[in-house]
Amino acid sequence: MKKADKFVINAAGRMVPTIVNGKKVIPFMGVNKYRPTHKGSAPRVPTCIDYPKDGNKIVKSLKEALIKSGLKDGMTISTHHHYRNGDYVANMIFDIAVELGIKDLRWFPSAAFPCHAPIIEHLKSGIVHHIEGSLNGPLGDFCSHGKMKGLGYLRSHGGRYRAIADGEVHIDIAVIAASAADMTGNANGILGKHPFGPVSFSKTDAKNADRTIIVTDSLIDFPCYPWEIMGNDVDFVVTLDEIGNPQKIVSGTTRITKSPDRLLIAEYCAKFVEAAGILKDGMNFQAGAGGTSLAFVHFIKEMMVEKGIKARSMIGGSTKFLVDMMKEGLTDYIFDGQTFGLEALSSLRDNPNHIPIDIFDIYDFHAKGNLVQMMDVIVLGSTEVDVNFSANCVSHSDGRMLHGIGGFQNCLLAKCTILAVPSFRDRIPVIKDEVTTLVAPGELVDVIVTERGICINPLRKDLIEATKNSGLPIRDIHDLKKEIDSICGIPNKPKLSDEAVAVVEWIDGTILDTIRKVEK
Amino acid sequence: MAKIFEAGNYGKTIRSDCKVSIEFTKSGGLKIELDSKIKDYFGNHIISLTKRELEFFGIKNAKILIEDRGSLDYVIAARIEAAVKQAVDTDKEYLLPVIPENTNHTNKDRYRRSRLYLPGNTPKLALNAGIHKPDGIILDLEDSVAPAKKAEATVLVRNALRAVNFYGAERMVRINQLPMGLNDLDYIVPHNVNLILVPKCESAEQIKAVNDKIAEIKKEKKIKYEIWLMPIIESALGIINSYQIACAENVVALAIGLEDYTADLGTQRTKKGTETFFARSQVVNSAHAAKIQPIDSVFSDINDMEALKQNVLVSKSLGFVGMGCIHPRQIPIIHENYAPNEKEIDKAQKIIKAYNEAKEKGLGVVSLGSKMIDAPIVKRAQQTLELAKIGGKL
Repeated sequence: MKKADKFVINAAGRMVPTIVNGKKVIPFMGVNKYRPTHKGSAPRVPTCIDYPKDGNKIVKSLKEALIKSGLKDGMTISTHHHYRNGDYVANMIFDIAVELGIKDLRWFPSAAFPCHAPIIEHLKSGIVHHIEGSLNGPLGDFCSHGKMKGLGYLRSHGGRYRAIADGEVHIDIAVIAASAADMTGNANGILGKHPFGPVSFSKTDAKNADRTIIVTDSLIDFPCYPWEIMGNDVDFVVTLDEIGNPQKIVSGTTRITKSPDRLLIAEYCAKFVEAAGILKDGMNFQAGAGGTSLAFVHFIKEMMVEKGIKARSMIGGSTKFLVDMMKEGLTDYIFDGQTFGLEALSSLRDNPNHIPIDIFDIYDFHAKGNLVQMMDVIVLGSTEVDVNFSANCVSHSDGRMLHGIGGFQNCLLAKCTILAVPSFRDRIPVIKDEVTTLVAPGELVDVIVTERGICINPLRKDLIEATKNSGLPIRDIHDLKKEIDSICGIPNKPKLSDEAVAVVEWIDGTILDTIRKVEK
Repeated sequence: MAKIFEAGNYGKTIRSDCKVSIEFTKSGGLKIELDSKIKDYFGNHIISLTKRELEFFGIKNAKILIEDRGSLDYVIAARIEAAVKQAVDTDKEYLLPVIPENTNHTNKDRYRRSRLYLPGNTPKLALNAGIHKPDGIILDLEDSVAPAKKAEATVLVRNALRAVNFYGAERMVRINQLPMGLNDLDYIVPHNVNLILVPKCESAEQIKAVNDKIAEIKKEKKIKYEIWLMPIIESALGIINSYQIACAENVVALAIGLEDYTADLGTQRTKKGTETFFARSQVVNSAHAAKIQPIDSVFSDINDMEALKQNVLVSKSLGFVGMGCIHPRQIPIIHENYAPNEKEIDKAQKIIKAYNEAKEKGLGVVSLGSKMIDAPIVKRAQQTLELAKIGGKL
């Protein structure tokens, strides 16, 4: 079986395979040009008479749960990334697979982190055939060098939900880490010894997997409520000493940047939002937890206080910063997809206006409308952008995989999407003629903000008009690129091999781009 | 073992810089090794630059190692030149082209509200300094450069004056304390520097020595543009002589450095600043008497913006018109708070209005209410309004 086969040029002008890991896939046709029409996933149909009458589904080990779930060669195993770089569960699963002599598994995480580096050994030995999920850090490097047996498959958070719902990815066994659970599998991520926040990423896994295993380090008496995962969707419950380290959730990203250049970028973003008339009472906006995004929120907050403006909602990785804003009356609601830190956790538990959200509701292509579409403004980062406003967030300019897509593609549906980027990094210009890997089609990127100027997508005549007398450094993207090239020089194009190592999926399930093997 | 000559910086936290190590050999030509994250993008370019430069200095056989952290050409060229000059005694300079943005020259009385200090041997901080819109940037050769790095810093500063776009900021260099600082002038005077800061200045004779050296270089290089001076008064003796210093040729501003001044007095610098009140007032008075700009010391707590604001307001009330800064985030606070307040703006607008009306009517005498308005008051009002405008208050 070829990893990727039968390449064609898609609507974005990118060469993409129409066969990936032996399955037929559809090339990107253009934004809003394709509607998936599958009739949905078809999980195993259970009957309650096959489950314990007393509701007690506890088995004594994860190994036993996996055996009882029928773990065998070629299965698809899903996990979530709520503990981010502090996750213990994924590595345990594959260690057990080694013990049982199982091979050719497909790992389907909602995201992978550097803590999952041990899985490289399993990829080498064939225990894991390939990963479908974000590839970064050591795993990204491994895959970039073409060493994974299967083709990597990068989906957005919403795209992962869609793939499950469409039956495109059938999950054989979902293993869900829950910080608290009861004997029958009702579970959440906000109670127990090591809470991490809402279990947003796993809800669809629990519903659509053939078998669902809850692992927890805090078994509590029935009922475990709130039950983000319902016991009725769960096959087995396992208690372990440890499932993850919540201290590693934060990993330094949730502090406002101290870099004067990044602060300037964030300040320009905030001033743009104000000049464009987006900053007003009742606004809904996204507030990311990364350094520059958080700085953007910091500047927006200053403006809100000064002008007496109150938001209706903020969506985000919730942090102490957001919680303080709600306490200070600057927003009515926080929509929370990932919780960073203890203050945010206790707010999520205690404040009914701090709402845990399901990825389906914010991001899924199959939702009947979704939350991001209603956001007035969203600020995102990127590794590269180009003069057509297309953007890349998954690979370095040499094609090496760096990050997952996360919610990046899904967020492009907001009313105003701003990409906040430095104009160059280590002499490498960030604004290109063409991005190395296409992740965001240019028509959906509204504004690019750098420390040397703000570029508005020519399609957004309304934004151009609204900000023309703002005094902000609004510039033609070609002019800005010229300036940056004059500072950095024009870099050689790195040589990429013809061999595909991964594909990037668009939110509708079509194939947007191919990531190629790094030569060295 | 052959001696290795090194210049520049390399390490985990270093960005936009490189370290060049040269070992001269008897034969074998030039062997250039480049260790860089951006080798795939700029490797050939950097290697050919290195070759050209070494050939320019007449070096035919050497092993060269460049450990790079994303440095631009002007940095690489400066590091190579500095390493070569440790071994080779030469007056030759390897000059890259001057960017057109760096050929302008400044007026005596342009605004100097903020001047951002940039350590002269740290290229990372210089690259984006101009985007924060200070009135001036200072490439510092004095306190922020370690003694062992002084020579390579002068080469780097020279190249930065030619190559880095500071987006309209006045290009200033702080030379070393005299007499060492006089040698720095060779590297900066011919390269479109706008203003030179003379640290620890104690007498008008020192300024004369600087002026003489500048004149000598200008004559030799046939340079016509003017180079302004900003002496920094940092001692008790300097305070006493401040008026003579302020009156010296080409001096357009007089700055005070309070850290060294308080050390000279044997006292501690306090937030309230009682211990420096006399000195600050003296500098303000001397500068105004000489019709130049009095400039305040830097405010060193970069995290306390409220204290900075209060500090600027006090500074303005004493008669200073600008101050140094050590972090770009201080710039907007400084500009905003040196700008005239509403009352001052209102008064200035009334004066200008009365002046225009009188002019229209052909009146020789301008008056506002019962007060006569003479030309200096009108000029001052115009300046106030301009300052308000650039400070974003109008």
